[in-house]
Amino acid sequence: MKAKVEVFLKAGVLDVQGKAIEGALHGLGFGDVSGVRVGKTIEFDVAGADAAKAEAEVKAMCDRLLANTVIEGYRVEVG
Amino acid sequence: MKAAVVVFPGSNCDRDCKSAIETTTDAKVEMVWHQDAELPQGLDLIVLPGGFSYGDYLRCGAMAAQSPVMRAVAAAADEGRAVVGICNGFQILCEALMLPGALLRNADLKYVCKAVELDVVNAQTRFTSRYGATRRATMTVGNGEGNFFADEQTLDRLEGEGQVVFRYRNNPNGSSRDIAGIVNARGNVLGIMPHPDRTFEPDLVSADGAALFQSVLASA
Repeated sequence: MKAKVEVFLKAGVLDVQGKAIEGALHGLGFGDVSGVRVGKTIEFDVAGADAAKAEAEVKAMCDRLLANTVIEGYRVEVG
Repeated sequence: MKAAVVVFPGSNCDRDCKSAIETTTDAKVEMVWHQDAELPQGLDLIVLPGGFSYGDYLRCGAMAAQSPVMRAVAAAADEGRAVVGICNGFQILCEALMLPGALLRNADLKYVCKAVELDVVNAQTRFTSRYGATRRATMTVGNGEGNFFADEQTLDRLEGEGQVVFRYRNNPNGSSRDIAGIVNARGNVLGIMPHPDRTFEPDLVSADGAALFQSVLASA
């Protein structure tokens, strides 16, 4: 099964990279852009056929290592 | 007196720490490899040095926090032994949940490397007793992700409980409430972004870092 984890800074945490990119996009004339957030994607394979079990396991991985939940939130897709 | 400095792949201040401690105190310093599951017996101080452990992969300090030696460091802290994390070591302590909060990218996205003036906010910790007379220190910082973050409630608690130990006089990186160093609730684990290990004699901009090592080893 494929697992895909997306990790982003939480809404209340200033994303300075996102801010810088937003400024650069404005500089290029893309003035409609706002709310840029930079995150990361982590993909991997999980053995087994039970999607619910795999998803629970991937969430545990996020809580313990893949995300720092003090500052980051995550989204998990398993399938 | 005996201290240990943990060496992770990518640590680059491990020998600075050894040199700083052995120059400014009577302690002997042993280097401990990150794969060691046990620490030497009878340690009075454990230091997690600065650097870029594991190349800052995933997040600064995230991989190091999972290494075998950190279980031993956490157990030693539970016994009440003194632990100091400097710069990357501070990031590792946060990632290992031994200190609250996290270190974010600097607010202006720049790596900052310079001397900074610090207020010693709490001079009654075992790490700061020798700063009591002046309650000031100059140390150098060298970080790209030194911007301390915690939620407001945690920040209030840290301030209320005297856990904020060092504060920048001119915040170089956007740290919440100008925080440069904190201790855990028990007071035996310190995380500090500026480098006492790079400022322990006058030729190194400042000798103020020496008092930190002297304070903690005098407390043992």
